[in-house]
Amino acid sequence: MQNTIHTLKKGDKAIIKDFDIDLIPLKLLEMGCLPGNEVELLQIAPFGDPLYLDINGSHVAIRIETAREIEVELIKNNL
Amino acid sequence: MSLQNINVALIGNPNTGKTSVFNQLTGLNQQVGNYPGITVEKKIGFCKLPHNIKANILDLPGTYSLNASSMDESVVIELLLNKNDKLYPDVAVVVTDVENLKRNLLIYTQIKDLEIPTILVINMADRMESKGITIDIPYLEEKLKTKIALVSSRKGHGIEELKELIVSYKTVPNESCLNASVIDSEYFEKLQHAFPNQLLYKLWLVITQDVNFSNLDRNEIRSTFTKSHSELKRLQQQETIKRYQFINEVLKGGLKVDASMAKDVRAKIDRVLTHKVWGYVIFFAILFIIFQSIFSWSTIPMDFIDSTFASLSSWASSALPSGILTDLISQGIIPGIGGVIIFIPQIAFLFLFISILEESGYMSRVVFLMDKIMRRFGLSGKSVVPLISGTACAIPAIMATRNIENWKERLITILVTPFTTCSARLPVYAIIISLVIPSKRIFGILNLQGLTLMFLYVLGFVAAIISAYVLNKVLKLNTKTYFVVEMPSYKLPLFKNVGINVVEKTKAFVVGAGKIILAISVILWFLASYGPGKDFNEAEAIVKERTAEKPLNEIDFENEVNSQKLENSYIGLMGRAIEPAIEPLGYDWKIGIALISSFAAREVFVGTLATIYSVGDSDNEATIKSKMKQEVNPATGEKIFNFASGISLLLFYAFAMQCASTLAITKKETNSWKWPAMQLVFMSALAYFAALIAFQILK
Repeated sequence: MQNTIHTLKKGDKAIIKDFDIDLIPLKLLEMGCLPGNEVELLQIAPFGDPLYLDINGSHVAIRIETAREIEVELIKNNL
Repeated sequence: MSLQNINVALIGNPNTGKTSVFNQLTGLNQQVGNYPGITVEKKIGFCKLPHNIKANILDLPGTYSLNASSMDESVVIELLLNKNDKLYPDVAVVVTDVENLKRNLLIYTQIKDLEIPTILVINMADRMESKGITIDIPYLEEKLKTKIALVSSRKGHGIEELKELIVSYKTVPNESCLNASVIDSEYFEKLQHAFPNQLLYKLWLVITQDVNFSNLDRNEIRSTFTKSHSELKRLQQQETIKRYQFINEVLKGGLKVDASMAKDVRAKIDRVLTHKVWGYVIFFAILFIIFQSIFSWSTIPMDFIDSTFASLSSWASSALPSGILTDLISQGIIPGIGGVIIFIPQIAFLFLFISILEESGYMSRVVFLMDKIMRRFGLSGKSVVPLISGTACAIPAIMATRNIENWKERLITILVTPFTTCSARLPVYAIIISLVIPSKRIFGILNLQGLTLMFLYVLGFVAAIISAYVLNKVLKLNTKTYFVVEMPSYKLPLFKNVGINVVEKTKAFVVGAGKIILAISVILWFLASYGPGKDFNEAEAIVKERTAEKPLNEIDFENEVNSQKLENSYIGLMGRAIEPAIEPLGYDWKIGIALISSFAAREVFVGTLATIYSVGDSDNEATIKSKMKQEVNPATGEKIFNFASGISLLLFYAFAMQCASTLAITKKETNSWKWPAMQLVFMSALAYFAALIAFQILK
């Protein structure tokens, strides 16, 4: 199964691989959500949504429906 | 010319301390207004610079890039593209946060492409040491082709250096620092070829942005250089990547971060504040403290203001020569102004708390915490901010919905925000609660009056949430959901920023509401002091005739004449005309008048009653409250403001849409009369029936 930001666990770090640009708001790209950049899942909100991320040094929260569209490659498993 | 005026624009991402830099440069020397035709706040300040230069400093809305996704952001682009605008900057100052330099520089590279002389401010320099950050300023200045000011707006460091840089803006390079057009050179070459006199980046913005431009014919450019939405977005992505590549390259040489030095307090605080139990407990505790303190802290200054204006009124009527003008002053204008001034303590407290929550970075955590819950009701986590600031005033709250990306969520938020208990309802609640709810303590600590108020606030939120739920089911709108929230680092709120914010907002509110209230008070006074026909103009004769068998003493006679006059004055006739409709709710015609005038603005209620009771009463000394307490129904001998009618009034004010300004702002923000009309009809109907049911059960 392909990893997306949605499948990450709290504390995991990953590299952004690819996404369908039509499904991702431009504002998120401007925040640094671009292929090759690092992303870390910092917190999951109560009830499981939204996700609080550190993307390339920017601290942002996005909803699962967006997170699901962003493919990543895990680099540090927080276990 | 010895005195020179220059325009300076402050630009930057949100949460970079841009407004603190603005406050440091200008102090209290600022004006807050609106951009023409839209409701985006326009902040201009004035600053004396060295060498006899005066600067007009424009604090532009915070924006992440020049790709506008909201009205606030469009303002920035429109200004920067219009050289004829009288605020067009001679020099742009881009404010960045040293901890987020990479992201903050994105907009900087875009501004540079517009070829405006640009100074770079690296703010929050006082945090560099604790974060292990070192910066090679000369290197960055060379690579970014600019002058850099290292500033700590929090401590006031580096502001003088920044002023010096602004003064010598002519020496600041204005060429761009990277060439982004390589992402599709063929396309951009053609574009430049077709419009050789225009800046390439400007043309690109014309194609991609939906903003107004003065000189350029958008259709002409677009028809020749059209691309599909998704092709354009792909190019914008490439442009963003290109810019970040450049920024990364530059920062690699000019910025060192010693990761071992970084102590991340943020993660620890976040763990508590967004905890699945503690997060909510803390949030509701904060709300509880805010509302309890607003009620208990502001009663003292409010009582003081109330009695001051009552005695001012009586002083005016005794000190000035008696006549129509004196009556207008003592019975119309002074109680009217008092009705505005009495708000100041509560509004100031509300704005104080809200700006502390925003400044500290806590508000974003609330958004994060509440999003999932709010979405069940068709709202967004971001709706929490308008719903909370709606407790101050629905107008700024509705404007605050602009950063909700999803149109449906935004529309619903706009529609339900007026249910939240705004400060204009507070004086109405305060006076009615103090009349009909006993001031008892339960469980030793909780004040019953305070609890009632708390209940009304909760009621407002519940009404908002339930209507949102219904609207979510009823409205058929399909829009894409986007939700991106920046989580800023925690900061201790700056006294100066919070102070200026409170003063500015309170001033704007009092002046805005004051004009309406004053005008209405004067009109009301006029309508209450004059009347048509015999019943009014021959009041004395009528009363004399009526009481011929049992003559009254002088004071009673005068009061009787006054109330005969009031009842038959223009306003009395209006009030009595609607009396049949409001009688089932427990109101008399005097309250009816207050309801009518409240449709302009709720806070007029107390002022209206004050005016009406002053006209009908020769005793000016009493406060509004004691006058209301004395009112009895002549038919039944019962008090007008009793428990049943009091509760009915509270419910009416909780639900009714009585604010012309809110309707106007809804029209502006939704661009249609349909939505404000819907607000007016539904909220008024709900208010009427809730009040009706309550009164019929309780009476």
